[in-house]
Amino acid sequence: MSPVGSHPFLCDIHDMMILAEQVRTGNIRAVSRLISLLENHPGGREALRLLNSTSRETRIIGVTGYPGAGKSTVVNRLVSCYRRKGLKVGVLAVDISSSITGGALLGDRIRMQEHALDHGVYIRSMATRGHHGGLAQATGDAAFVLEAAGYEVILIETIGVGQNEGDIDDVARIVVAVVAPGLGDEVQAMKAGLLEVAHIVVVNKGDLPDADNTLRDLREWCPNVLRTVATTGEGIPELAAAITAYQQPHAVGPVGEARNC
Amino acid sequence: MQERKPRFTSLSGFDTNRVYTHNDLKDWSPDEELGAPGQFPYTRGVYPTMYRGRLWTMRQFAGFGSAEDTNRRFKYLLQHGQNGLSVAFDMPTLMGVDADAPLAHGEIGHCGVSISSLDDMERLFDGIPFEQVTTSMTINGPAAVIFAMYLAVAEKRGIRPERLDGTLQNDILKEYIAQKEWLYPPEPSLRLIADTIAYCSEHVPKWHPISVSGYHIREAGSTAVQELAFTLYDGLTYVEAAVKAGLSVDRFAPQLSFFFNAHNDLFEEIAKFRAARRLWAREMTRRYRPVDPRSVQLRCHAQTAGCTLTAQQPMNNVVRTTIQALAAVLGGAQSLHTNSMDETLALPTEDAVKLALRTQQIIAQESEVTNSVDPLGGSYYVETLTNRLEEAALDYFHRLDDMGGMVRAIEQGFPQREILNSSQRYLRESERKERIIVGVNEYVEPVERPIPILKIGLEVEHEQVARLSDLRKCRDSFKMAGAVEALQEAASCGENVMPYLIDAVKAKATLGEICMALKEVFGTYREPVVL
Amino acid sequence: MTVASAPLRILIGKVGLDGHDRGVKLIARALRDAGVEVIYTGLHQTPEQVVNAAIQEDVDAIGLSILSGAHNTLFRRVLELLKEQDAEDIALFGGGIIPDEDVATLTADGVKALFKPGAPIQEIVTFVKGLKPHG
Ligand code: B12
Ligand SMILES: Nc1nc2c(ncn2[C@@H]2O[C@H](COP(=O)(O)OP(=O)(O)OP(=O)(O)O)[C@@H](O)[C@H]2O)c(=O)[nH]1
Ligand SMILES: [Mg+2]
Repeated sequence: MSPVGSHPFLCDIHDMMILAEQVRTGNIRAVSRLISLLENHPGGREALRLLNSTSRETRIIGVTGYPGAGKSTVVNRLVSCYRRKGLKVGVLAVDISSSITGGALLGDRIRMQEHALDHGVYIRSMATRGHHGGLAQATGDAAFVLEAAGYEVILIETIGVGQNEGDIDDVARIVVAVVAPGLGDEVQAMKAGLLEVAHIVVVNKGDLPDADNTLRDLREWCPNVLRTVATTGEGIPELAAAITAYQQPHAVGPVGEARNC
Repeated sequence: MQERKPRFTSLSGFDTNRVYTHNDLKDWSPDEELGAPGQFPYTRGVYPTMYRGRLWTMRQFAGFGSAEDTNRRFKYLLQHGQNGLSVAFDMPTLMGVDADAPLAHGEIGHCGVSISSLDDMERLFDGIPFEQVTTSMTINGPAAVIFAMYLAVAEKRGIRPERLDGTLQNDILKEYIAQKEWLYPPEPSLRLIADTIAYCSEHVPKWHPISVSGYHIREAGSTAVQELAFTLYDGLTYVEAAVKAGLSVDRFAPQLSFFFNAHNDLFEEIAKFRAARRLWAREMTRRYRPVDPRSVQLRCHAQTAGCTLTAQQPMNNVVRTTIQALAAVLGGAQSLHTNSMDETLALPTEDAVKLALRTQQIIAQESEVTNSVDPLGGSYYVETLTNRLEEAALDYFHRLDDMGGMVRAIEQGFPQREILNSSQRYLRESERKERIIVGVNEYVEPVERPIPILKIGLEVEHEQVARLSDLRKCRDSFKMAGAVEALQEAASCGENVMPYLIDAVKAKATLGEICMALKEVFGTYREPVVL
Repeated sequence: MTVASAPLRILIGKVGLDGHDRGVKLIARALRDAGVEVIYTGLHQTPEQVVNAAIQEDVDAIGLSILSGAHNTLFRRVLELLKEQDAEDIALFGGGIIPDEDVATLTADGVKALFKPGAPIQEIVTFVKGLKPHG
């Protein structure tokens, strides 16, 4: 029986090998199952080795920023953009778990549901489960799984934070920080947080009145500041171009390379 | 003596004293806060004689299945003494989707009547005299299209538009806030509303082009204060949009109408209606200084609170509805819908809706509460509540002003989050039995006696789909396409779309085709995530 | 090999044109507070979108809210799709305005449980917590 059928447990190396093989062929249920295994069980990482991933030309793009700045909407637009280029896209969207109950309400996906019927897009919501740093413990590994499954672009949305999102820097080769207009004095504080990890800064909600001021303020500090209106898609092609210009495609590191592994 | 509880609170969470006295109304001046009935600030009612002059309009929200099914229900209700109509549309119609669209599968006629074309609209009103019966239509995203159909039916019957009287709900802001039937983003939606307002002020002067609705906000879980505040603020937003579009306030404001909920807390609800009138009169006067007194008078429809009704022991719902209806009457509403006892089970059966109508008739004819205008005016308790509600609503006004207005607030999820939090509080209180719901968390009966319910079969869908396919075959598709193109043109260059909509529906363009064409011009909307 | 402490993952959503979301949001919150990872897909989803999302999210169950009367069509379609995609190990449950006789036929067809208005949230939480992690 195949590991992704109704088989309840993955307990031996043989099952793992089948699962790894299925992931390599791009089987979605297998990808999903393996990511769960990585989330739920430390032993799951055994399977990563079996994936035998040869370095592919995968781009891993981190998207971070304050809560509600428009990260998910930007990610949704970037997905469309890469799909038009015919690339397979994986999305890992991280939200925070309640420190008291361990539960979580994962809502980033709502913004991306238009891609739910596209077989070239895989979207996975992950809860932090007590892990600090802006991602879940298993996010880096999940990116590795997606790479092995043939996804050519992987977008990772961090939890909505302004600081301590150091993880994304380790997992993604390029980090886009999304902010909304009206930051005011926060620009100063951002220098030691968001702006430190970001390679590209996006002032989203460019349709709001205060956008020009925010753009101006930020341009004093960083070279790469763009304006987008994610709700309409304005500025997204430019963002995609900036991402491409910033870095040539890069392979994801081998298992264990990411800081939190 | 020991009291039953350490704290007594109103449904909106205000602390309630054991007794209210003149001390609670120290700086209160009846001249300023009340006025006479029919006089500023209209706290006591918009008319001097109120129900002594004319009773409220009994207007049951009705619609199911096909146009014929609903037409029959309309006639049944009129025959039993109802004197106004209110159309409930089904989900596809409400969402601007044709009955034969894939998205509509399984939804036809279940939540209201299915209307996809002018032909359906004609059948819906067959034999209903437009000159005698006022009709209210609960539709929002596609409101302008449905209104165009109504006007086209009237034209075909040779009735002049000046004679038409009725109401279009057409309140998109509360869709983003509470009911979730949007088609386009806020800006073009507000523009469409301004178009209908302008068109009515010129051609259909007796029509109410918008019914600013708190009902849905309350049903989504808000408190009375939130219902009051968000609704009136929505109203001010529409006034602003129409003024910006170049209309003078006195041209259209007298035709604005409102729609409120009548919930469980009898006195708080009565106070809410009174506070609404006063606050509207004051804010409209302060902001726009209209000349015509009717521009600041708040007239409203009311509906009893569906969300208070229970699946358990459904007969109890008749009693709840009676008390709520009384709140609307003592609050001075101009028209009223009373919910049926099968509210939580399906759309109402004939018998259930008749009983609900009889409830209104009994209040109107037997209870004698209609004899004196605003009978609770001057009550220490009710006046204190009225003051508090007005103050608390004003607080929200300031917060909304600070956010840059209602559209910005909605984008940030502000009213949505406030409502969700209130609805969670309400649920928590009943789960903890801090709030008793008879038959649900107390006085529970182990075995429930089922009551009959209305069933809508798949035949309705088959029939509608067949009709639409005929219509698409028989119409002059060249003419239809031309009309839709002209509409798109008008929509994109900012011309009033109403005349073009009327042409398009007369050319037999369907509701879905028109809404899709407008989406191409206006775009679509995604709601902010509020969890 | 799934560790006992791994939280349940449940997809909660609304299918069809129905916009009644008061109840579903309260349920999503209650499940979160009970330690469940809730993936909310938002309004106006098609059965296809929901099933694809459920598979990608590797959820243990799908909980749908339908108050619009379209439950017979929509729950059945979701069951069908789960079967087509070899994902019948993902349980389907839900609630809303669903007449008793439809509850009977839908549960006979494979819907695990359906909750009606007034169903105590605690009862729903207990039901969900009692679901077995799939796969
Ligand atoms: C509140 C309400 C509204 C509000 C909705 C606000 C909102 N954002 O949710 C407003 C006023 C906007 C509204 C509008 C309409 N409504 Co309405 N509405 C109701 C009402 C009164 C209560 C629903 C409610 O929220 N209850 C409180 C919550 C907490 O309970 P609940 O959702 O039922 O959830 C409980 C259970 O059902 C179950 N459950 C529900 N979902 C799920 C999901 C899961 C996973 C689980 C486990 C359990 C579960 O658990 C919950 C806990 O007890 C019902 C009648 C009633 N009393 O039930 C009518 C009702 C649902 N509405 C109805 C109709 C027709 C409409 C309209 C189509 C009217 C029209 N023609 O214009 C519109 C359509 C709106 C839309 N976009 O879909 C009909 C549906 C008829 C049918 N199915 O046969 C009903 C039954 C009323 C009636 N008898 O006519 N409505
Ligand atoms: N006006 C405007 N609103 C936008 C824009 N982009 C996103 N929004 C809105 O901003 C809100 C938040 O967007 P999301 O994409 O969910 O933001 P997020 O950063 O992912 O939020 P979290 O994940 O909760 O931190 C939504 O209501 C969006 O519709 C934009 O360009 N302009
Ligand atoms: Mg997000």
